[in-house]
Amino acid sequence: MYQGRGNLPPIELRSGSPIWTNLFTLYGANIMGERKVRYLSLEEGGYSVLLLVAAIFCLIIAGKTWDQVLAFHTALIALASLAGIFYIFRRYFDGNNSPAPLEINGKPNYNMGPVKFATWASVFWGIAGFSVGVIIASQLAFPALNFDLPWTNFGRLRPLHTSAVIFAFGGNVLIATSFYVVQRTCQARLMGAISPWFVVLGYNLFIVVAGTGYLLGVTQSKEYAEPEWYADLLLTIVWVAYLLTFLGPIWRRKEAHIYVANWFYLAFIVTIAVLHLFNNASIPVSIYSTKSYIVWGGVQDAMVQWWYGHNAVGFFLTAGFLAIMYYFIPKRAERPVYSYRLSIVHFWALIFLYIWAGPHHLHYTSLPQWAGTLGMTFSIILWMPSWGGMINGLMTLSGAWDKLRTDPVLRMMVVSVAFYGMATFEGPLMSIRAVNGLSHYTDWTIGHVHAGALGWVGYISFGALYCLVPWLYNKSLYSLRLVNWHFWVSTLGIVFYICSMWVSGIMQGLMWRAYDSLGFLEYSFIETVDAMYPFYVMRAFGGLLFLAGAFIMVYNLVMTVRAGEAVESADQSALAPAE
Amino acid sequence: MSAWKKHQIFEKNSLILIVGIVIMISIGGLVEIVPLFYLKSTIEKTEGMRPYTPLELVGRNIYVREGCYACHSQQIRPMRDELERYGNYSLAAESMYDRPFQWGSKRTGPDLARVGGKYSDEWQRDHLINPRSVSPTSVMPGYPFLMDAKLSTIEIENHLKVNALYGVPYSEEQIANAKVDLLAQAEPDSDAAEGFEERYPDVLIRDFDGNAKDVTEMDALVAYLQMLGTLVDFSLYDEKANLR
Repeated sequence: MYQGRGNLPPIELRSGSPIWTNLFTLYGANIMGERKVRYLSLEEGGYSVLLLVAAIFCLIIAGKTWDQVLAFHTALIALASLAGIFYIFRRYFDGNNSPAPLEINGKPNYNMGPVKFATWASVFWGIAGFSVGVIIASQLAFPALNFDLPWTNFGRLRPLHTSAVIFAFGGNVLIATSFYVVQRTCQARLMGAISPWFVVLGYNLFIVVAGTGYLLGVTQSKEYAEPEWYADLLLTIVWVAYLLTFLGPIWRRKEAHIYVANWFYLAFIVTIAVLHLFNNASIPVSIYSTKSYIVWGGVQDAMVQWWYGHNAVGFFLTAGFLAIMYYFIPKRAERPVYSYRLSIVHFWALIFLYIWAGPHHLHYTSLPQWAGTLGMTFSIILWMPSWGGMINGLMTLSGAWDKLRTDPVLRMMVVSVAFYGMATFEGPLMSIRAVNGLSHYTDWTIGHVHAGALGWVGYISFGALYCLVPWLYNKSLYSLRLVNWHFWVSTLGIVFYICSMWVSGIMQGLMWRAYDSLGFLEYSFIETVDAMYPFYVMRAFGGLLFLAGAFIMVYNLVMTVRAGEAVESADQSALAPAE
Repeated sequence: MSAWKKHQIFEKNSLILIVGIVIMISIGGLVEIVPLFYLKSTIEKTEGMRPYTPLELVGRNIYVREGCYACHSQQIRPMRDELERYGNYSLAAESMYDRPFQWGSKRTGPDLARVGGKYSDEWQRDHLINPRSVSPTSVMPGYPFLMDAKLSTIEIENHLKVNALYGVPYSEEQIANAKVDLLAQAEPDSDAAEGFEERYPDVLIRDFDGNAKDVTEMDALVAYLQMLGTLVDFSLYDEKANLR
């Protein structure tokens, strides 16, 4: 406990340590009557300086800007930075900042606090993101729900929905599982005491800044890259910390080999960094304005955007979640990964091929045709490594298929992989120029995306959450029956969603190109809109079921922590090596 | 067998693994993106393309702010039905000054690449205030608040400057007068209108929102919509010279 500064000893420079370490040296506190000189670690000092610079920079902007949204956001970031500094120093003066032991009784001492935070954050953002999805789906059927206000119209809520489910829900699932998996598979603690918290809290601050920005009209209107320059900057800093924090256990690992799930996490983190930097390269109008102009213009911007956009799918929503598949399915099924060689081939093939696929979003546009042809060709080839991954996931169950009957969590993850297989077959199909001519601009695309998002990403995430929460709290899952209910309710929801979008998408595509016997266009545009109505209602209903399923999960997870049966170290068995 | 053994170098060394990942993901992007910056055929040779006026630029930024791209494309494909429904297929040249591009990916509503001049200002205004007043079964949200929002002129010259930095041909005179020009385009009877007309010949100058008192966000958005896709004269466009 800090008891005032009293008689302070003179500064003692640590001999032999470089001078910059000593820059962060502070007078120690008088603790329990004992005089000690302690040092801020390099990590604590570094983060203090970073946060202080950020706070000062943001406060200056907040004070001088005419833009109220920027003032709000920079004040928020400044406040968060100051809170971070306060936390670091309180820890220091309370004397709790001695590094946590790497091992206790010969067993690795894992750092699960940030994992728990990201887990609950993902649950929260999941509910928020699905709810906004149901709202905007309803707006398309019943436009009065837009309320004709700036903050509630479809154009602003739609990016809120996509960002909330992809980056807030999905991103927190990825951070939680990656920090969990990398510690477990490397048998090593996350590096640093501040870094992991900086990553999870900083990332969620980014989400709040981005999301409130959309509602207040701050957006780049580049799909899945809507946050403006200052939010992008925040994410960049957090992402660098994420990469280093993730690499920590890998550098400390006791196993010679890096486990396959970690290859996928690494590919996801590194590639997203590259995509983010290039697609968001922009110059703000001034540092007092939320508005920036992107470096790329017109056709080049289109290409860069869809290079980014499709690989947000490829690396955020695929590589990252394949990593989850590679840890949680073998673990839950208690079987080794089906094929080690298949995982090597499909890893390299997947990351090499995915990056080419972007231009299939731009068929028949003013993007030169050669680019579209390349995109289409590689998208079709991509089918193979995608199914390689699916096979590796599904066949991991060989010898344990009976568990599908008794374990709804495993069933959820297996169905997820099946949806992955379906979506990665449909995707190459839709990338073919002739098919795309019909499907593009219609709801077919929306249906396809949701087959992947609800079926694959959603289910593998739910499966991981059903595993993680009991493991993190050493409890047994509250109710398998409720998992069963979640599974069936949301599966029904997905079926409603996808089928209605297939029908409405293909129907709209055909209506647009329909000619009557006299050679005139048969339908005006508004007639094709009218025809969508029943399917938009059905889609909203499907989304509602999916949301209801998620609520069942939340109840189940909360009850697991509050009332679940205590078990000793629920997750102690080591992973069997791949065969 | 030995080939599989060689893979261990990636599995045992995280930095080599990262280098491998970076090389693999770089190739596709480089091959597809870089040529677009030096192949001359990427952007067609056309006449008529000009930078946005300050009012149109601000209107475009409102279009961006409200997320119109979520439901409207600005990209007409070379298919019979689209040519008849929307007009000539879009050229790369037509979006060369667009930052960001707004080609869109979904048509919950119709394509807007050539909506300019298709409807009257009154129609556009009524439709934006309440879409169902002119199109009874439309599912578009209403934007009545645009009528009440007075246009902000803060930092408008910086908007032009950043674009000029990227090579958008704004003259120094246009940048210096951006603030005046922003309002002048919607105030045809003002003194500033004459100077504006000299700096931006052949653009629409009128009170777009039917409210002569104020220049509003509605003025800006309608001014932008009314010029969309009207710059290139396709009776003069040489399609064969731009084959690619």
